[in-house]
Amino acid sequence: MGPLIPNGVIPIEWDNIIAILIGIVFGFVLEASGFSSSRKLAGVFYGYDFAVLKVFFTAAVVAVIGVYYMDYLGYLDITQLYVHPLYLWGAIIGGIIMGVGFVAGGFCPGTSLCAVAIGKIDAIVYVGGIMVGIFIFSELYPLFLPIYDGYFYGNVTLEDSLGINPYWFVFIFSIIAIAAFVVSDMVRKKVKKIFY
Amino acid sequence: MKKDLKQKSKHIYWNPYYGGFLLGILILFTFYLTGRGLGASGAMKSSVVSIIESVSPTHAEESNYYSKFITEDESPMKNWLVFEILGVLIGAFISGGLSGRIGWRIQHSPKITSKRRLVFALGGGILFGLGAQIARGCTSGAALSGMAVLSTGGFITMLAIFGSAYATAYFFRKNWI
Repeated sequence: MGPLIPNGVIPIEWDNIIAILIGIVFGFVLEASGFSSSRKLAGVFYGYDFAVLKVFFTAAVVAVIGVYYMDYLGYLDITQLYVHPLYLWGAIIGGIIMGVGFVAGGFCPGTSLCAVAIGKIDAIVYVGGIMVGIFIFSELYPLFLPIYDGYFYGNVTLEDSLGINPYWFVFIFSIIAIAAFVVSDMVRKKVKKIFY
Repeated sequence: MKKDLKQKSKHIYWNPYYGGFLLGILILFTFYLTGRGLGASGAMKSSVVSIIESVSPTHAEESNYYSKFITEDESPMKNWLVFEILGVLIGAFISGGLSGRIGWRIQHSPKITSKRRLVFALGGGILFGLGAQIARGCTSGAALSGMAVLSTGGFITMLAIFGSAYATAYFFRKNWI
């Protein structure tokens, strides 16, 4: 029964080795999908390239279906999985700041590291910026504390928050993703082509 | 002729649905093995903490934030996410190497200067780093891994990131289109 490492099926000593192997696949897939290019990533916000939307939502749909299906089959105990906690205003304000950073810099942290790996100097500067941003947060921590620690609702899922059946939600989420892919292709045909 | 082909192949990427499918399987596999998802900004936080700890240990201990990530006997760099990110660098390097995309360059729109690109990259990075701390995770750790387990926080962070990026894209359009 998974998850394997927390349940001792795979010894904890393997944890860091598995981390590197998972990271290698993660980096390879992101780079091969074109996520080391800031101009390709930014395309999603201007309608000339929807790779971000397609990769991101395909991954989310595949992962969420897989998690719930493996739970249903009894291979994975969903209640043992780490659920990202909900600090309501932290999530909203942090997300808004990240969104501006995304469109200004053209990367998010994971993609910028892929670009660093292939020698993009703008990505190296971006990663330096992220570290400066973390430093600023840490130094001004007392100032951010109310939203960082406040409005806490626990490690909740949409099932807890909205009271909806997760299977139905996964189904509707998949339909929304497919609709978004179709619309994005229609938008792209109308937008002026950008070559990069 | 041969050079032309090589130039072109630099921009040939995987089909996004294929890449997304493999990424989804990887997230599923990561949850199956470790019980947690993927991450990216966490490793950078560990780096900042360990830099501050070596430059000024007393400051790091006194700070309420750094001290959360410092333990007596272990370096903050001995962390799952740091190892994962080492892997990301290796994996991206292999992929870029196989496709001939490796080389020092500043990528930017022909309409802007390299300097402008770097200034915006720095500013964008600072904002993303700050936002990722406030939201306790970035697009990988909070949004993508959160969505895989239907975390409410993950969905809200994802909507906030994309909503604000679309809302402010107009002001940055000169950099990209």
